[in-house]
Amino acid sequence: MDDVRPLSLRESKQATLWSERFELWRDFLRRLWASPSARIGGVIVLLTLGIALGVSTLDSYDATRDSSLPNRYAEPDCIVAFVRSYLSDEPRMALGDISCKLPFGADKIGRDIMRRVGHGMSVSLQAGLIAVTLSLTIGTIAGLSGGYLGGWVDSVLMRIMDVILAFPSLLLAVAIVTVAGPSLRNGMIAVAITQIPVFARLARSMAISIRNTEYVTAAKSVGAGHSSILWRHVLPNSLAPLIVQTTLGLGTAVVETAALGFLGLGQQPPFPELGKMLAESQQSLASGKWWVMVFPGAAIIMIVLGFNLLGDGLRDVLDPRLKK
Amino acid sequence: MAKYVARRIIESVPVVVGVSILVFMLLHLIPGDPATTILGERATTQSIAELRARLGLDRPLYEQYFIWVGKMLQGDLGNTVRGNIPVADEIATRFPATVELSLAALLLSTAVGVPLGVISAIKRNSLIDTLTMFGALFGVSIPVFVLGLLLIFLFGVELGWLPFVGRLSSDISIQRRTGLHLVDALLSGNMKGFKDALEHLVLPTITLATVSLAITARITRSAMLEVLNQDYIRTARAKGLKARNIVMSHAFRNALLPIVTIIGLSLGRLLSGAVLTETIFSWPGVGKWLFDSIIARDYPIVQSMTLIIALVFIVVNLAVDMLYAVIDPRIRY
Repeated sequence: MDDVRPLSLRESKQATLWSERFELWRDFLRRLWASPSARIGGVIVLLTLGIALGVSTLDSYDATRDSSLPNRYAEPDCIVAFVRSYLSDEPRMALGDISCKLPFGADKIGRDIMRRVGHGMSVSLQAGLIAVTLSLTIGTIAGLSGGYLGGWVDSVLMRIMDVILAFPSLLLAVAIVTVAGPSLRNGMIAVAITQIPVFARLARSMAISIRNTEYVTAAKSVGAGHSSILWRHVLPNSLAPLIVQTTLGLGTAVVETAALGFLGLGQQPPFPELGKMLAESQQSLASGKWWVMVFPGAAIIMIVLGFNLLGDGLRDVLDPRLKK
Repeated sequence: MAKYVARRIIESVPVVVGVSILVFMLLHLIPGDPATTILGERATTQSIAELRARLGLDRPLYEQYFIWVGKMLQGDLGNTVRGNIPVADEIATRFPATVELSLAALLLSTAVGVPLGVISAIKRNSLIDTLTMFGALFGVSIPVFVLGLLLIFLFGVELGWLPFVGRLSSDISIQRRTGLHLVDALLSGNMKGFKDALEHLVLPTITLATVSLAITARITRSAMLEVLNQDYIRTARAKGLKARNIVMSHAFRNALLPIVTIIGLSLGRLLSGAVLTETIFSWPGVGKWLFDSIIARDYPIVQSMTLIIALVFIVVNLAVDMLYAVIDPRIRY
């Protein structure tokens, strides 16, 4: 028989806390779902994450051995066949007759573009996530402590941020990668550095508005230390705008790492990366081979569009001041 | 006001110093000896020593920094490593190309973005608003290099309407006065040159302007919406003022601050975008040149150009802050 005993006070408190948290989350998700841009953006983001995760775990791809010269610049077979059968006067092909071996076509050495776009998406998303995590962490720590402590700490930190902001972000990233050597890892670090000031300024403005609130004074009066106030009061109350900025920053970071790749400073060939693939497509564009460019380009647009839409939606939900 | 300007200028001094130290250090952080890197592995010890002496690399680092700053202040930007040409001359030939492209992009993004934003705000939730905001979202999300390649393919390759390489066709020449081809062609009455230069400018300008245009439209719309909800707008309506007067003199004036801020900020985006746009369209400006110089580790070019760009940035930000007081007389410094 089950041992039935009344919940202790602590346990019942814990239980209410959990149900309250659950309630909060459900409310948050409900409001998020009510915003069309968050809904569409969320679906696109989940889709891209799914593709990236699926492709990188299920398909083992050896870029160094991938080439198949007979397929050189092969057209995207199903799309082209489908469109042709619609446009021409010939009797339409049955769907079953259309071959679909290379749905996105092949590039100059016959590599399957669909496969490379899939792996490229996973590379871009990983790079974006790592870069933004870095800048979010460093920027938030710098901004919160600067804004909360004020004084010389604040001045020094913010002047450093001003110096970083005084450069066009891509140029700074290019310079950093040149110093550190071109590679995907260095590209991510460079992109992260250029984004730190954005998070630092945001976190600082939040910390300044929070440091004079009554609950912070109350925490101080009961003897809480700086780090505990920052961690338990200032940070949780600055989360909303930081979450929004993180989502939007992911889009920027994906574009910037792809831009470095496009300039030849990111992922090195033959490994797939969307920016690099676009740069390589330039030579075949003049002879009308659109598929080499269109699919990697569409993949980047899809990733960035997803994060931008989700970020806009999150802003509407998390920042009631902006909601009208 | 004068006091505020003075304070802002003094405040930007540490930033300028920080920028110059960063620019200087970045290139000295590269592992290995710069002279060896420039000349290659097979260079003789003597030629390396000569280059080191020519670049001043044999002196202590802090001394190199002060010598460099001193020369910069006198307008001596040094000579390029590849070719030994004065950097200042090279900049003078290339800068107008970038200026022409950036100004055209700034003009396009402002002249189209601001009206679109205003119209979307007035006709909120109408078809034109939905289309504009969808377009703006797409514009923010499409990277410069994807858009550039798409435009080249559509209008350059498939339709063949517009050129997509360089600033001028090879059989056209324009007498140089300002370096801005459009202005020079007009000054010398060279209409054929003007048309050709304009055609070459279209695709790069659209490529470079799109992101800024989209952001300008979005910010303008939200700033206008904010103002249109104010009580004084309702009062103006109640007084029976014409809708056009309300929008232009009551609403738009008060929405100008964020709009001016975003236009100022877009200059930075344009300079970043110029590297990619110039690369895609083989535009002979400073963006592509700077990128090539970074790769080739042509120190004098990289140091001068990054410093100039950072200074332009700081000055523009300062100018935007000054403009606030002009636009909004309530702001007192």
